[in-house]
Amino acid sequence: MSALQDSFKNVMDWVDARLPVTETYEKHMSKYYAPKNFNFWYLFGVLATVVLVNQLLTGIWLTMSYVPTGDGAFASIEYIMRDVEYGWMLRYMHSTGASAFFFVVYLHMFRGLAYGSYQKPRELIWILGMLIYIALMAEGFFGYLLPWGNMSYWAGQVIVSLAGAIPVVGDSLATWVRGDFNISGITLNRFFALHVVLIPLVLIVLVFLHILALHEVGSNNPDGIDIKKNLDADGKPVDGVPFHPHYTIGHDVPGIVLFLFFFCAVMFFWPDGGGYFIEHPNYEPANPLKTPELIAPVWYYTPFYSMLRAATFPLFGLDAKFWGLVVMAGAIALPIVLPWLDRSPVRSIRYKGLGSKLFLAVFIVAFFILGYLGTKHPTAERTLVAQICTAIYFGYFLLMPWYTKVEKTKPVPERVTMP
Amino acid sequence: MRILIALLLIVPGIGFAASSGIPLHDMEPDLDDKASLQRGAQTYMNYCMGCHSLKYQRYQRTADDLGIPHNLMMEYLVFDPEASIGALMDNTLSADKAKQWFGAVPPDLTLYTALRGGPEYFYTYMRTFYEDPTRPFGMNNLLYENVGMPHVLLGLQGLQRKGCMRIPALAANGGEMRDPLTGESITEEVCDHQEIISRGYNPLQLVEGTGELTPEEYDEVIYDLANFLYYTADPSRQERERIGVFVLLFLAFFYVFTQLLGREYTKEFH
Amino acid sequence: MSENSVNTRRRNFLIGATSVVGAAGVAGVAVPFIGSWNPSAKALAAGAPIKVDVSKLAPGDILGPIPAWRDKPIFVVKRSDAQLGDLNSKNGRLADPDSTRPQQPEYAQNDTRSIKPDVLVLVGLCTHLGCSPQFKPVVQPEQFDQEWMGGFFCACHGSKFDLAGRVYSGVPAPANLEVPPHYYESDAVIVIGEDGGVA
Repeated sequence: MSALQDSFKNVMDWVDARLPVTETYEKHMSKYYAPKNFNFWYLFGVLATVVLVNQLLTGIWLTMSYVPTGDGAFASIEYIMRDVEYGWMLRYMHSTGASAFFFVVYLHMFRGLAYGSYQKPRELIWILGMLIYIALMAEGFFGYLLPWGNMSYWAGQVIVSLAGAIPVVGDSLATWVRGDFNISGITLNRFFALHVVLIPLVLIVLVFLHILALHEVGSNNPDGIDIKKNLDADGKPVDGVPFHPHYTIGHDVPGIVLFLFFFCAVMFFWPDGGGYFIEHPNYEPANPLKTPELIAPVWYYTPFYSMLRAATFPLFGLDAKFWGLVVMAGAIALPIVLPWLDRSPVRSIRYKGLGSKLFLAVFIVAFFILGYLGTKHPTAERTLVAQICTAIYFGYFLLMPWYTKVEKTKPVPERVTMP
Repeated sequence: MRILIALLLIVPGIGFAASSGIPLHDMEPDLDDKASLQRGAQTYMNYCMGCHSLKYQRYQRTADDLGIPHNLMMEYLVFDPEASIGALMDNTLSADKAKQWFGAVPPDLTLYTALRGGPEYFYTYMRTFYEDPTRPFGMNNLLYENVGMPHVLLGLQGLQRKGCMRIPALAANGGEMRDPLTGESITEEVCDHQEIISRGYNPLQLVEGTGELTPEEYDEVIYDLANFLYYTADPSRQERERIGVFVLLFLAFFYVFTQLLGREYTKEFH
Repeated sequence: MSENSVNTRRRNFLIGATSVVGAAGVAGVAVPFIGSWNPSAKALAAGAPIKVDVSKLAPGDILGPIPAWRDKPIFVVKRSDAQLGDLNSKNGRLADPDSTRPQQPEYAQNDTRSIKPDVLVLVGLCTHLGCSPQFKPVVQPEQFDQEWMGGFFCACHGSKFDLAGRVYSGVPAPANLEVPPHYYESDAVIVIGEDGGVA
């Protein structure tokens, strides 16, 4: 060994005696065996982490110039865009990052649905993931208020007034969340604290636990095979490879660079996403007396917004507005129990029967349609379609115990199939 | 609760303009045309700034981006005696007085073209004022019905009148009707301006001699003004796109290296 | 499988090359983060040069109200002929009578520390810990100095400066009062905050 390598070893020995750095590195990177048949769908976890880091860094930097008051917020955004050196870049990195975050997370979740990554023994990873998703939705909602544009104000108004739909306690609850009788600078200031401090901390903790839980049982793979069942003479899975450097340098680094290419293409040339990433009404300050023509949430909430609006009739003496809230909340919460709805003996969609494949395909299509409808004004026809798609969405989950049980599955191979 | 339902049932208007649904006129902005931007800035400062502030933009940034030396900017384009070159382009119009005089507060226009999804709305708006004695200032607007703003550039454009027009009638198959013997169009009187527009005609007629500028000259003034407002909505647009090209080139270049390096660590297992 | 040595060399080259290009990328990403800390257009506008009119300033007076440049008080003093005469009479008591320490632009490195002999422009902050000194122009014995020849006295810790802003020896302040960059736009108007080119 060279002198440099000797010194390095000495330093590491000193550190390791006091903090298990090398041990942790080996357990989670160089000696963590992951299935060797990961495909494109397995990039989205690391991409989500990259976007999280982006949001944290750019978010902190924006906080240095942003003013969280009703009077100053909108002007401070323009200050950042015009007066702060490269402020426009930080702002667009953050706004593009928000959309990128949901784009990546939805694809990451789809991978989980397709390959049965939520099945035993990974139920807790899935639950933590769902909690991350819900925290992310809250983070996006609180963050969207901060520019204090007219859409910020009215989206806030609509969503917080949903709390008012809850019988008995609803109105008090809405007032309590707002801290005022209407969305105001008081609401803005507290949402700022939640967006910048509380939820990021929650997210970081949840992501840490999510990865820890994953490493405890090991990753799933596109074939849904348990690679730990087939070990070689050294006790290493024959279908496994060390995560570092095979996946880190071999797949993730190029994957991240490719993702950054598309991310930057959007950020530099199409940052407002045609009105889908930065909505047009937000280019004027919040105005309680002027409602935008169309109140639509940002694209990543639109499927659930559709479901909210699809509830159009009262039931059991309770308003349609209340049922809308129930449907929307149910749609977000229901996937949490997915591990217990799937009664299939196989994990991956590759070996599941026709029922699962059909339901998953229709579920995805319905989700897209709901998303599209959420960007438009409701009409009688659109509402009917939304109601049908909402039924399909719930059907995918609620009927799963049945169709996964009765369908004919394909035999699962012993060894993984390479992509 | 009722408010929520009401909000969600507002009449659709996607792709069309605010309240009247006339198609927007085409306007291709050109941020490289500094002369156009300068003329637009000049028109704005002379005719618009009194009521419409540009309070998110600074004089210095405008001067530098448009290629105007600071001393000329201060002399010809800055009318606020308190302002220095670094000041924000604000005005002193009182919101209360404005409400009294116009019924609404003239909005700040820095971000207006972004609010309207592009400069076309503003361009169309400034070209479609017409005489209407029922309105307080005697003018109405095809795009923005019953707008509170007077036609500030009336002197430049001249008076436009909206009325019934004799235009070719449509046959059952949608084509223009013609007299089979003479070949001339058979015309009819149409008064609904939406109908006139959908047939491809301009429902507004300019009264000769009432404007300082010819229609072409006026269109150029409005083009320059819209171009200038397109600039103020996002002054870093050009810099952003320029840097973007370099970033994408770099990432493509870097990708090649990471791909080659990545293959080093994956080939042993495939 | 190719020979080990070729593999390792190629691998090492690629690691090196990718790292170098990657490092360039990281430097590029750092630019907006570091750049955004520079003074913004708002700060630059607020920190822009100011103009003061000295046409009405009487000999022996200081311009009031005290103007500010970059949040710093600026002392503009019109010295009388008598004051100018006394200016270099007790240089032995001064710590830096020739203004060797760079507390002033070139054009103010002279006997009177000014462009024109009668008008003095100073940053009104004591060079000790930043308090604003008092203007004490009258030649008379003072509590802080029995042989006071007129100048500035800083009440915080007792530092003394003469009517050219030069610091006395034996006081906490280590340097002469700073002369800011400035130039005469006209006989009556001084621009404070930038040099005017050839004075």
